[in-house]
Formats: sequence, structure tokens, C-alpha cells
Amino acid sequence: MNNLLTTEDLSRETLDRLLDLSDEFVEVLDREIPKVPPLRGLTVATLFFEPSTRTRISFERAAKALSADVMSFSPGTSSLKKGESLKDTALTLRAMGADIMVVRHRAVGAPWRVAEWVDVPVVNGGDGAHQHPTQALLDALTIRRHFGKLDGLEIGIVGDIRHSRVARSDVYAFATLGAKVTLIAPRTLLPRDLEGWPCTSTGDLDEVLEQLDVVYLLRVQAERGGATAFPSWPEYVGRFGLSRERFARLGEGAVVMHPGPMNRGVEIAPEVADSDRALVLDQVRLGVAARMAVLFTLATGRGLTREVTA
Amino acid sequence: MRQVMDADDVQRAISRIAHEILERHHGADGVVLVGIHTRGVPLAKAIADAVERFEHVRIPVGELDIGLYRDDLRRRPTPALARTLIPVDLTEERVILVDDVLYTGRTVRAALDAVSDLGRPEAIELAVLVDRGHRQLPIRPDYVGKNLPTSTAERVTVRLPEVDGDCGVWIDHEEAP
Amino acid sequence: MTILIRGGEVLTPEGLQVLDVLVEGDRVARLGEDLHAPAADVVDATGCWVGPGFVDLHVHLREPGHEWKEDIASGTAAAAAGGFTLVVAMPNTDPPIDSGHLARFVTERARLVGHCEVRPAGCITLGRAGAYLAHLDELWDAGVRIFTDDGDGVADAGLLRHAMEYLAERGGVVAQHPEDPGLARDGHMHEGSVSARLGMAGLPALAEELMVARDLALVRETGTRYHVQHVSTRGTLRLIAEAKAEGLPVTAEVTPHHLTFDHSRVETMDPDYKMYPPLRTPEDVDALVAAVRDGTIDAVATDHAPHAAHEREVPFEEAPRGVIGLETAFAATLAAVGPDPQLLFERLSIAPARILGAERHGVPVQVGGPANLVVVDPTVVWTPTTFVSRAENSPWRGTELTGRPVATIHEGMLTHHDAVVGR
Repeated sequence: MNNLLTTEDLSRETLDRLLDLSDEFVEVLDREIPKVPPLRGLTVATLFFEPSTRTRISFERAAKALSADVMSFSPGTSSLKKGESLKDTALTLRAMGADIMVVRHRAVGAPWRVAEWVDVPVVNGGDGAHQHPTQALLDALTIRRHFGKLDGLEIGIVGDIRHSRVARSDVYAFATLGAKVTLIAPRTLLPRDLEGWPCTSTGDLDEVLEQLDVVYLLRVQAERGGATAFPSWPEYVGRFGLSRERFARLGEGAVVMHPGPMNRGVEIAPEVADSDRALVLDQVRLGVAARMAVLFTLATGRGLTREVTA
Repeated sequence: MRQVMDADDVQRAISRIAHEILERHHGADGVVLVGIHTRGVPLAKAIADAVERFEHVRIPVGELDIGLYRDDLRRRPTPALARTLIPVDLTEERVILVDDVLYTGRTVRAALDAVSDLGRPEAIELAVLVDRGHRQLPIRPDYVGKNLPTSTAERVTVRLPEVDGDCGVWIDHEEAP
Repeated sequence: MTILIRGGEVLTPEGLQVLDVLVEGDRVARLGEDLHAPAADVVDATGCWVGPGFVDLHVHLREPGHEWKEDIASGTAAAAAGGFTLVVAMPNTDPPIDSGHLARFVTERARLVGHCEVRPAGCITLGRAGAYLAHLDELWDAGVRIFTDDGDGVADAGLLRHAMEYLAERGGVVAQHPEDPGLARDGHMHEGSVSARLGMAGLPALAEELMVARDLALVRETGTRYHVQHVSTRGTLRLIAEAKAEGLPVTAEVTPHHLTFDHSRVETMDPDYKMYPPLRTPEDVDALVAAVRDGTIDAVATDHAPHAAHEREVPFEEAPRGVIGLETAFAATLAAVGPDPQLLFERLSIAPARILGAERHGVPVQVGGPANLVVVDPTVVWTPTTFVSRAENSPWRGTELTGRPVATIHEGMLTHHDAVVGR
């Protein structure tokens, strides 16, 4: 059995294969009956220790479209506050029949810990500021369906990189798929050490704006301390917000992406968010297909790494 | 490996199946051919080509991947999914599933499920190039290119120009060196 | 009790010699070749080193208050198994050791149930809260000679200066867990390339170095004896080397884990690599090993920090800090600095005993000398899988090690012999 925990070690072949599968599931979701039976009899458990309605619903929609049953676990309905350890929680859900576990946790590495303890596949649904691999897949899928490929595209990820698991996942997936990635943020929101990252960085959005094919905007994560990294919101918006003026300077075919939830008027101007060059709703829609591809791959055969080593 | 059909035999079988379809349906109206990936797809196209030669009408041809409907998914490596593309609404149509070899019937069972999810045809029929017996499900073909009695230890290989380059049907023993 | 240690290489004041050692009562009675003592317990020390029992300046015995993790009985049993005859118990218990009666409790409890001597360290500030001085007078009267808020640094320079002035008069040691709270805020691991990739907030090397630099300025003014706990960075080593060259009364310790592992271990997400200060870079590890050799570091101290298994069954960031180290200290230090018995006894016994002023410990083996001894086999290969400690949170669990104590003698009593612990 295998897991999907990080994009760092995914090969080009694995990513291509997951994206190809995702394309097939996009077709399934477009059918009159958007449901297929391959995971019939399996139970997908979502263990969301950190509240996130949209990601959870996306996973559950994906599981149900594959005919799996779904079990939901969240701290609001749990004994976590009674001091139960993560291990006991994971083993309890496994004992209840979870066949695949999707784990989201505010602490880095929680899905790795769960994967040590249970004998079923684990999907990282987001761990702290570390990784969110299915987001990277759906982002890559969105870009691939729009441009046909990622090879040679220039993708700028703008905003609170330091606290972003989306950025950490996207950087590796995009680079492996052949894109040139630039991180764009004030120094206080860049990771302190980019050694080994397959990307470049800059503090000047205007310098690189016109050459970007994709402007990927991130929310400033005030709850993780992002908002203490600059003197004021107007200062941040002035330097890094995608305003109407900046949007007008984008290259002809360039598109705008955002993992949501968006803060309109901060990192993205409302008119930009609503423009037809913003692929935000495509990302959400395609996220279900990408997660179907992940669940299908983990549930069938012997999982992801088999074909990597083969 | 023993050859049991050559390219001409295959073409003759396809032509005969095309005739039988036209005869049974009194023409080609309301008939849709759906090829099951991989070799059912070029076979379906070949049957449609034959019909077009005889009657100068083009039957719609769809392609169906049954990977998501297999009953042995968890026992095998993750399959690569091929395209499912149905050019017309199947509801109230007469669908003819096309595959190369009919054996246990499990592929056809999966295809029936898949078609049911795509619409509600008036009827579903089955056309195969080779029926080698050993059914595990109550399924029978409506159109057969060749009945080929085999033992379970034997392997039937169908090769078609669009997929394999050459054309014909062969039979051999799996345990043979 | 009479114990005959036969055939070992003995660390005497004149250096290493192959000798038999006869222990009678709490003294070394005789040294010589082919000694005979018919009624004695015999320790076969062939191929072993015999020297003064190890002294650990830094252990957490968790009693009072956290006995589910460890207690004085189990912690000192682990110490004896690791070759230690004296350990300093850190005061971050519940309640913290900030008053005389609490220090007396630890000392007396250890006399009753302990497998080695325990000297409590006292808090610098009341309740380790960093606001008011602890009852330094009571602690002193209860025998406490080393003071620390270990687990946290004393951030308030004014308060620390008061403590230093007070203790300078008496000759006490201020031991600091150097960590600037602002720079270390929310950190779980070394701030560097690995933390950036893992998305974890980091503890910068600067958090340690800044506080040591500040403290050294206060030492320069107050003249207090100052001990840097668990040094982890190259920058701290530079500061200590400079202070020593200047003649300041400064000493320093390092843990075996900081001599062994670097921050890349955190990529395993295993809480057995979570400690404060955190595992640093490979360059820091190399510099620490060199500092043990050249004397910038005086003592190896384990920072033995037991936690119950269920407390570690959580994500890395939520796991409690620290790992156990008593039973693996010798093997890990041997692996880091090499098979140099003089150096190993200096760092694991003689220097820490000197820092504490513990006259019956850290004394090279001599007739009439104290019977606080350890016999270590530097070549035996073993794999720690279970522990004498109540806890198992060891980064060496399941890892093959070379070298371990064969026997430990505390005040003439065999407290450890092979795997047998007793009193």
C-alpha cells in the first residue's frame, strides 16, 4: 500500500499519469450520471483536524463519484479535546473500516505519522505550512487543460509563500512538469532558505509581471503570523496585489489562479477575480477530478510508487 | 502458435456481421455501435465501414473504456484509463457492443454497467469477432465472427491493423515453451 | 561489600594501566596485578576501561509531578545502567524546585530509592516564571550549587543580573538554557534549509547565540560562574572560546545527540528528533565534536528528557521536547569523539564533577579514593530496544551502537552489572 503525502518526490511519469486519469474523471463528472463504481464497498475517511469545508467536500464528492462510502471526522465532533492522541484517533477510524484516510492537520507531518500507524493508504489533505499535494495536482490539471502542457510556461506564485503549503506543493509539481517557477513576495514572506527549491524568487512583482503565463495568487495567512510581516495592508496591496492596472499589463494569454478562499481587494482586485481569465472556479471544479484520480490510484492495484519503480 | 483466421477471414467475418445487423434491424436506423477498448473500437469502425459500403449510411460509432467497471480492480495494478466517447445520446437507441474475444463474459458485464450509466438504450446487443467459450456469466453474443472451441490453458490472440499492424487470429498453449 | 574488578585498563592519576581494582566499603582498597579476594563479587573487566563513574550535569528525573514519564527511582536506575554515579536533576518539575524544601525532597528521595547520587539544580526565578528571584537562599542552604530555569532561558537581563550578583557572593553556578524567546517564538526545529522546506517555524542559531553573548557581558560585570547548557551552534562555541581566553569563569556542556545528528533527521517527522535546542547543521555537529576535543566544551551532559510513549503519538510540532540519553551516552560520545579513554573520562566524569564541586566523583582511580567507578567495554556491539528508563524516546532506539557500561559502582555498591540493576 502506498500514500500520497508530498509532491517533492513525484516523478514526471507519476504526475502525467495522475493528470491523464484526472482528464478521464473530468469526462465522468460531465456525464448525466456523474458516478462510476470502482470504489464500491470501500470507505474513505476524512480526518480533518483543521477546519476546511471546501477541501473536505471536494474529497467527499470525489469519493462518492467513485461509489466509495465516506466517514467524516472533525475535532468539533471528536474526543480530541478529551486528550485522545492522534494515533488512537487514527486507529479508531481504521477499526471502523476506513480503507483510505485523508488527513488534514495544522501540524506539519501529521499525515506521515498516521501513515506509520495504519495499514491503509493515507492522503495528505494539507499539513501545516508544509504540503497539500492534491491542490498541486488540481492546479497542474487546470493549467494543463488550459495551455495543453506546463512545459516552458512561466508561473509566478505571489504572496505569503512562507506560510503556504500550496506554494510548497505547487513549486515541486510545476517544476517537475517543466514550468519555470518564480516566487514573488516580500522578504518577510519568503522562506528564509530556498536551498534546493526548483525555482527563483524576487521581491518585485512589476519586474516579472509581463512575462508570466500564470499569476498564482496566495492569501496572506494572518492566522499563521503572515500579517505581522509588513507594515500595513495598503503597503502590501500596493506592492503585491493584482490590481486592475497590473492585470491590464499581463501578457495576452496569461491567466490568474488562486487556491481560495480569496480576499478580494487584498491579493486580488474584485474585477480580476471575476474576469474570465481567472481560473478559480475551474480549479475548484477540476479539484474533484484530481482527487478522484488520487483515490482511484491508491485504491486499485498496488498504488503510486509501483509504477514509479517499474 | 497456430493461425485460425487470416486477414481475409477477419474481413469476411466483419462483412457477415454487418449483413446480419442490417438484416436483423431492417436497415441501420437507430443502431449505434460501441467498441470496447482496446480492439473493440477498430472492429466497431470496421463494421460501420462495411455497413456504409453496403447501404451508404453511416452508423454512429462510440468508444467505451470499462476500466472503472471491472470487478477485479483491487487485484491488479492500477489500469490506465482510455477514452470513453459516445457521439450520440444512447437513450432509445439500439446499442451493439463490439469486442474482439468473448471469454468469461466479465468484460461485457462491465460494459453493460457502463452503458447503463450513460443512458437507457432500447436494447443492447453484442458482437464479437471470436467466441472461445468458458462463460462465467449468463451472457451470449448476438453476432459471432467465429466460434472457436478452446481449453482454458490456451490463449487466443487477435491482431488488428489499427492496433497491432497486422491482422489475424492465433491460438496457442500458455504453458508451451 | 567487596568488589574485585579484574583485568581492566584503569584510569589512575598516573594514566592508564592494566590493573585489578579491589573495592572495600566506599573506598578503593587496593590496586595491583592478580589481586585475590575470595568473598568479593568479581567484575571481569578484560578489554574494558575502568575509571571514575560518569557525572551528568543535566537530567530530567520528572519527580515531583510528572511521574508517568520517569521518577527518581527509574531515572537513577537508567543513570546507573549508563555508568553514572551522580546526576544533576533539573528543576522544571511540578512544582518547580524553587524553594528549599523541594530541593531537600529530591535529595532525600534519591537517598531512599536512587541508584546513584542526585543533586538538584534550583530555579533562578520563582516558578520558572521569569518574574521574581526564586528562594536562592533556601536552595543554597539545602545544598543546591547550580541554578537554572532550564527549559527556558532567563530573558530578563535585569533579573538575571540580580541572580548573578547574589550567587557570585557564594560561588554558585548560573546555568543557562540560552534561547531568546522572541527569536525562538513558535519554533520547533533549527531554522534553515530543512525547516524552510518543511514549512516549520525555526529556532535560529541566533536565538542561542544572542542570549549567550548577553549573558557573557553580565558575567564580565558580575564575575559569576556561568555554565552554558547544551551548546548547539558554532557561534556559541566562538563566544565561549573567546570568554575562556579572556579568563571569564565560563564552562559549557554538549549533549550526545547534538554530537551525532543534524537537522535533516527532522524530515522523518519522528518526534524522537525533537529537542531544544534543536538539531543543527552538519557543520555545527562537526564543530561541536571538535570543541569536545579541544576543551571549548567541558562536559558531555545528556539532557535526558523522558516522555511517555502516548505523549509522542502526535505530530512532530505537537510533541513534547527532548529525548532520553543516559543509557546511550557513553556509546554515542565514543562514536562522536573516538576511542580516547582519557578524553572520554574527562568529559563524562572529571570535568562535570569539578564544575559541581563534587569531591567524591570524577576522581581517577587510586588507593583510598572514592568507590564511585564505572567499567566500560568500548568494543561491545549492541542495539538498544528496551530501556531501564521508564521512557523509550531515544533517537538511538533500534540503532546499532558500540560500547557500553559493564558495571557501575556507586559508593562501593554495584548499581549496575551487565543488564542487572540493583542496590
